[in-house]
Parts: sequence; structure tokens; C-alpha cells
Amino acid sequence: MTGIESATGAEPPVTEEAARAQGLTAEELERLRKMLGRDPNHTELGITAALWSEHCSYKSSKAYLKEFPTSGPHVLQGPGENAGVVDVGHGWVAVFKMESHNHPSFIEPYQGAATGVGGILRDIFTMGARPIACLDALRFGEIDAPRMRFLIDGVVRGIGGYGNCVGVPTVGGETGFHRCYNGNILVNAFALGIARRDRIFKARASGTGNPILYAGSRTGRDGIHGATMASESFDAESEAKRPTVQVGDPFTEKVLLEACLEAMRGGAIVAIQDMGAAGLTSSTFEMAGRGGTGMVLDLDRVPLREPGLTPYEMMLSESQERMVVVARRGQEEEVARTFRRWGLEVATIGEVTATGRAELRWRGERVADLPIRPLTEEAPVYRRPAAPPADLAARQAPPAVPQPEGQGGVLGALERLLGTPELGSKDWIWHQYDYSVRTGTVVGPGADAAVLRLKGTAAGLALKSDVNPVYCALDPRTGGAQAVAEAMRNLACVGAEPVGLTDCLNFGNPENPEVAWQFREAVWGMAAACRALAVPVVSGNVSFYNETEGRSIHPTPTVAMVGVIPSLADLPAAHFVAGGDRIVLLGRDRGEHGGSAYLRLLHDIEQGRPPAVDLDAELRLARLLRRLVGRGLLATAHDLAEGGFAVALAEACFGRGMGATVDLQGAGLTGADLFSETQARALVACRPEAAAEVLREAEEAGVPAVEIGAAGGEVLEMRTGGEVLRAPVEALRERWATALPRALGL
Amino acid sequence: MKCGVVVFPGSNCDHDVYHVWKHVLQQEATFLWHQDETVKDCELVVLPGGFAYGDYLRAGALAALSPVMAAVKRHAAAGGLVLGICNGFQVLLEAGLLPGAMRRNASQRFVCSDVWLRVERDDLPFTRGLRAGQLLRMPVAHAEGNYEDSPQRLDALEAARLVAFRYTSPAGELDPAWNPNGAARAIAGICNPEGNVLGLMPHPERCAEEILGSTDGLAIFASALDSLRTARTPRTTPAARAARPERAGAEADAGADLEAKAQVASR
Repeated sequence: MTGIESATGAEPPVTEEAARAQGLTAEELERLRKMLGRDPNHTELGITAALWSEHCSYKSSKAYLKEFPTSGPHVLQGPGENAGVVDVGHGWVAVFKMESHNHPSFIEPYQGAATGVGGILRDIFTMGARPIACLDALRFGEIDAPRMRFLIDGVVRGIGGYGNCVGVPTVGGETGFHRCYNGNILVNAFALGIARRDRIFKARASGTGNPILYAGSRTGRDGIHGATMASESFDAESEAKRPTVQVGDPFTEKVLLEACLEAMRGGAIVAIQDMGAAGLTSSTFEMAGRGGTGMVLDLDRVPLREPGLTPYEMMLSESQERMVVVARRGQEEEVARTFRRWGLEVATIGEVTATGRAELRWRGERVADLPIRPLTEEAPVYRRPAAPPADLAARQAPPAVPQPEGQGGVLGALERLLGTPELGSKDWIWHQYDYSVRTGTVVGPGADAAVLRLKGTAAGLALKSDVNPVYCALDPRTGGAQAVAEAMRNLACVGAEPVGLTDCLNFGNPENPEVAWQFREAVWGMAAACRALAVPVVSGNVSFYNETEGRSIHPTPTVAMVGVIPSLADLPAAHFVAGGDRIVLLGRDRGEHGGSAYLRLLHDIEQGRPPAVDLDAELRLARLLRRLVGRGLLATAHDLAEGGFAVALAEACFGRGMGATVDLQGAGLTGADLFSETQARALVACRPEAAAEVLREAEEAGVPAVEIGAAGGEVLEMRTGGEVLRAPVEALRERWATALPRALGL
Repeated sequence: MKCGVVVFPGSNCDHDVYHVWKHVLQQEATFLWHQDETVKDCELVVLPGGFAYGDYLRAGALAALSPVMAAVKRHAAAGGLVLGICNGFQVLLEAGLLPGAMRRNASQRFVCSDVWLRVERDDLPFTRGLRAGQLLRMPVAHAEGNYEDSPQRLDALEAARLVAFRYTSPAGELDPAWNPNGAARAIAGICNPEGNVLGLMPHPERCAEEILGSTDGLAIFASALDSLRTARTPRTTPAARAARPERAGAEADAGADLEAKAQVASR
């Protein structure tokens, strides 16, 4: 191979050290040399390092992700595209994905979180779908940890600042706090869009001679090495990586969204992809890789924010709000006109070839010439050595469970739990997000699952994200399964049948055998649950290297599940709505406390086996809930999760400030077991005349059910263990509602 | 009756308003592009919520200079109905169609929440289906809804009865705890002296269907429809004309408005 010029006179030489600085190992550099039959130049090295970064190549996770079931009757597109696509009926498809923006958000929280939202939205409208909802799963450290208030405030403002402006409602999510995130917070952004079934676009470059268009913001020097940075651990130098964080412009995103959807209606677009991590590099290489084609790019035509960018910088910039479009030859002007109408810059920067190679030209020289498929589809794959942590047995040893005596006993424990930022209300966060724009939000943040209507039909979509990192730390396999099961249970509470899920697998350094083991176990647990519950995984993201100075985060495989509700006519609330409604507890407690909120938040014990996940029981419960909701029998349905029965009951009282009187002798719940976190349980309430039917349905479904009392009044009253405990709902609600602002010192 | 929903780059409630007029009220609706030079033959023009031109410079400042706004001004001057919601209200202020300016919310944060509104005027084309004193529950979603003007001009606004809606407690009382943004005198919406131009921060289009939990917002669109049906041009009563605040000439006033806004913005 000849004629590959050094892009600038003073390019750094390509050495093992230079490769390592960009995240490539010596073996990977050798692999590249063999592939090329020569030494790569600086630009080629940078492109390869980005494509083979963990973030872009999934090299440490790919082998395990094959465990996931990815097809099903509703699936139109599984993993491998910008987002997954499932059929939701009435001629509509839902397009959704979740992605992490952990590293940038820890360095620069506002822009990191904002561009996380921007990136996931582009993944959705790139497929031809109009984004209609976002969820955000956030994990912060202890509020008193250094920088943590700044991080929380910045992340929340960043999510709001971006999503609110684009006009996509943020309808839910979750927020957790744990010291394991003190040095590495997690920002997982999910977006869902809808499109007509026959109007989906893919990112497969095809058609030799078709022009490649660049549309959107100009390319600057921001975000260079973002993908590589996201594939490293944090250390004391991380602050110096601030320039690798991109800067978002939600206004440009909004016009880009409209312009793309409008241009797609015209029929002149062959393929389209956003420039996300590794910018122009990953977008062009992935499009050509999927299409089995090649491309020539003329870098002199790339719109630049400032003069003097080198090919290396252009190819690796992560400037936001940019798209690559392959147009039908001769129709590029039609596409360009639409983008210009929306005030966006557009330029033809190259064309599709049949060579299978990417050839970059700049200032009359060929500055890179790389084979595409070997770099994308055939990137290195590693099965990292895996080993359970040495102290696993100690971690899983059954914990001593202190009874809630003293300090107000059960009610005191309940009040303290509700007053933690962990279990307290997250109103302070979600009131900063526009959750009602687009007039589709039927159930917004703060409930079991968010519900959106499908305009023009009686049906709706339900969305929920879940994971319990403490369970995952104690037993990643059970924790992975639990996240899937809980998401399904939350959907079932609004009568939704799951059609697919997306995930965001946040872990430490996969080169650490313990982390590799956690990852493998969690994926196995999730995969087993997905198979048993018949929920395909249609898209997802892996975020490794979430560790600071050698300390890993808890394994955090966030799951976001999407379901369909056939009719929104009789949707139950997550809270009590009418006095006199009979309350029924579904599922049976087994007194499981391993990893419970009660032990962790009140006694600082993080030990034991997490609650067992009985997938058959989950399936029976979910079917029962869907049937009860579908028959219009339920006024209230709320799942039991962290904090167990007592916390769930209190939460059900808060929505309308309505109390409840329950007798727990029949259910056998006393003392600490009121906070046990046994799975496959839910609280439901119904009109008195429907109670017998609810119990009959439960019996038929094989779900244990006990009628425990009635809603009404302003007091929460529990008869348990020979005592009658009474607490005014307003006093508990006040503790719960103010928990987060109080902890933040607001 | 035909409603034109203006689309600025960055408008994001345009589809929502269109949906209410077209599908809930079953009327003709169309989008007006920001570069259009007429409002076509629309009888009602709505400036929707969103972030027109990214809210760069100041919310609504750039949108106010777009070609379509000249047409909207002519439509308003001819007595046509103009409704500005949230960002649309901000545009009306910047365009000088309504007095005053917006500051950042007192909390310095974006706020999305349901609020209570007290109807102060039930004799406007947009409120004729409501009763003065009636309470409405409506969502707000904005970062700059803190209405402000000089005390003298606020007094003139009050004297001319141009305040259409105020934020109140669920009991209908003025209470700073229930004012979501710190707006002067709890002002949520105002009209022009003729009553044919209304701006408000809350989003009536987000509460116009039972499935969204409230239909309180539908009354505003239904009132406008009713007004258009009864008379193709809205009434301009002698009383409303007399109630016009003192003006030293439209030109000078527009200059003062801009100045006041610049002062407010620089605080």
C-alpha cells in the first residue's frame, strides 16, 4: 500500500506508546498492522482506536450479550441498529433504546447529561420515529460526598435543559443514592419514539455512487476522544478531560429532528445515522459496515466551526447535533433543501463505493485508507477471565435482622425510611422536567409505570426502568433477573403486556476478573428472566470502566421495559382513590431481608442473599394483574419493592392523602417482615362489590391473595402482632415529600 | 372556523394546539410557517409554546422579529383573535402586542407542575365560557414565566382590567406558595385593551381532554370558537376602548417596551 500521506507535516509517530495512549493494546496495534499490511498513520490509528474502543465495539461484552433472546412476535428490529423496533399495534411501532452518559456527566454534569439525552433522541429519530417520551435512570453517591450536590443539580438541570427544549416529555425514571457511586455517577437516558410500521429507516449505506450528505451543526474540536474516555477508568487526572465532554445545543437538535422526519417523508433518503460517540468515524464506518459497502469522504467539504482542523480531529470530533445521510443519487438537492428550510447547514461530503474500504481525502491527498468490515463487524472480541469475589460467601451470609424496636418501633422505622432520599419522593427532580408536553402523558413520573396514550386509538404504552444495585452486588445473577421481573410487575400494575426491553449495563473494569464475573452472571440472570417471561431484548448499551481509583461501582444493569395497554379506559392509579375500597395483598411474604432497604438504610447492613426471584410466580402475578385491570376491577395497583409492604402501603396513601385501615394478622406480617422485600407481590384495591371477584381471579391464577382492609380516612392504621399502629398520613407524607430537598439542604 | 398555529424553529407545542382545535373541537387547523407573510385566512392565530429560536438572546426576542409576526400584528390590529401560550406569550410581549416582560422563575429553575388559576375576566373572546372567580387547574412548564413590569405600568394594567388569570391557592386565594414563578401580582395571563389578544403561561392545550386528567383548558379554545361563530370579528366595546392605558403614541411606547425589557433582562 502506498500513497497514504501523513495528514500534517508534524504528525505524531505511530508507536506502541501512541497506540496505548489512545486505548489500543500492543496486540490490537499488531492486529491492525496485519490487517493493513503496513503501519497505520496517525489518523488511521485514531479511527481504529475509536472503533475498537469498548464503547463502540462492545469487545468485552459481545460474547455474553448473545445470551439475550432478541426476537419475538412483536420484534421488527433487534440489537444492531440505532434502536430496537417493536410492533405495538394499530399500525404503529415503538422505537426505543437506552444509553449511558456516565463518564461525561461525572466530569461536566450539565453538558454530560444534556448530551446524553441529545444522543439517545437522535438514535430514535434516525430510525424515522418521532420521540414521544424519555426516562432517566440516575445513580448518585452519598449526598454529602464531595461534588455530589453539584453533580445532582447539574445532571437534573442538564436533562431538563435539553429534553424540555426539544419538547420530548420526561415521563419517569429512577434515582438512587449509594456510596459506591461517590466517584462515578450513572446517567442512563432512555428514549422512545413512534412511527408507522412501514416507515422505519435503517442505517445501511447502499447504492454505489449515492452521495453522502452531512447535515446539522458544524464540526469543532469538542468531544475528541469521548468514546475512548468513556472506555477508561477515572483517576485524579480525570478533571483534565473536561475538553473531551461535548456541548449540546437542544435548539439545533429540535430543528434537526423536524428536518430529518420531513426529509424522510420525501423518499430521497437511503440511509441515515447520527454522529454519536466517535462522531464521523463511527457513523460512516457503521453505515458502510452494515451495508457491506465502502465510501470515499472528501474532508475538505466537512463544515467546520473553525479553520485548521486536521483529518484526525474531524474524524474523532464529537460535536453534537450532526447527521450523516445517504441520499439517492440525483435527489440530494431535495434532501438538502429540507435541511436548509430548517436553517441547517448541509454538505455533500462523499459517496458510497463498492470497495469495502473507507478512503479519506484531504487537500488533494489520500489521508487514510482502511478496510471497513474488519474494523467494524470483525472488531476484536474478548472473553475476559472471570472469577467470583473472594468474599462472596461472607457477603451472602444470612444477616441478623434487628427488629424495629425503640425509636417508635415499626412506625418510627417506616417514617425514617420514607424520609431517606432513597425512598423519599423524587418530586424535586421531576418537576424540573417537562413531563406533559405532546399531550400524550396519561400517567407521569412518580407512579409504578409511566403511561402514554397512542393518539387516535384506545391503547397506550407503558414504560418503566428498574434495577436494584445492592441485590446485584450481593448476587448479580439474581439481581439481573430481579430487574427484569420488577419492570414487568410495574407494567402489569397498569395492565400492560411487555413487548420488549432495552438495557444499559453499567459495570466496573472488565479486565478485573471479579467485574467480568459480575457481568457474566448479571447477563445470565437477565437472559433467563427474559426467556421465562418472554420479553425480548431489542437494544441496549454497555458501560464498562465505571470505577475510580480502583473502586468499582455496584453492578448496575438498568432495564427499561415497554408494554402495551389494550385500553386506557379503566386504568388503576398507584394510590388509593376512594374511601371504602377494599385492599388486597397479592403474593406471599417469605421474610427475605438480604440487601433490603430496611437493613441498608436503617442498620447499615448490606449482606445476605437478595430475595429469590421466582419467575413462575412473577408470570402468574403479572397475568393476574393484567386480567384484573383489563376487566376494570381495580381502582389501585401498586407493586411491592424497596421497603416492602409498609413502604408500599404508605406510598399508596400519599397520592390523594387518603389513609387505610389494614389487619395484617391473616397475612402474617409483623415487625421487620413488614419491610421484607420478597418479590412477586403487589397491593391492589377495588370497590367493595368487586372484592370477591378479585379474590376468585387470584385463586384461579394461583396467586396467594388476602383481603387486608379498606382505604379511607386520614390515618394509616395497621393491626399487626397484637398491636394497632396508627400514623396520620399527612405526617408521613411530609417526611417523604421533603426527604430529597432536605438532604440537599434546599 | 380556521385556526393557524405558528411554527417557529423550536416551537414544540404546535402539534398539541393543532390537535385540540382539529381533533377535539373538530375545526379546521393549519400551521403557519415563521417566514409566511400572511396568516392566510385564519380567524384565530395561536403562538404555541416551545423555545422559538432556542430562546437565544431572550425568550421570544428573535421570534418577535420573524416575518409572520408582522402578519400577526396586522391580524391583531384588525381585531382578529391571537392567543399566545407560554413561549407564545413571551413572543407577544417581545412583539409589543402585550405589555411587560418575563424574568427567570424566582426559583431559577424550570418548573413543570399543575397550578390553580383564578379567572379574572369572563368577558373576553377567550373566556366567555368561564365565570369570573372560577378556578381552573392547568399545567405550567417554563423557566421564564416571572411576569414583571414597572409598578406604574402594573397599576395601569390592573386599572384597565387587563389581567385575565392569576395564580392562586386551590381555595382561590392569592398566596406566594402557589405562585409557581414569582410573577408580579400573581399574573398568569393578560389581554390587550381590545380583548382580542391573550397571552398566558399555563398550557390550556394540555388539559383539554378527559384522559389527560382535566378539561379545564378546553374552555379557552371553546370560548374562542364560540366567539368566532357569533361574530366574525370580536366585539370591541366602548368600555374596553376607554379602558386603554395612557399611551404617548404607539411608536414611543414600543421603544419604551424594548427598553423596559432590556432592563429586566439585564437584572
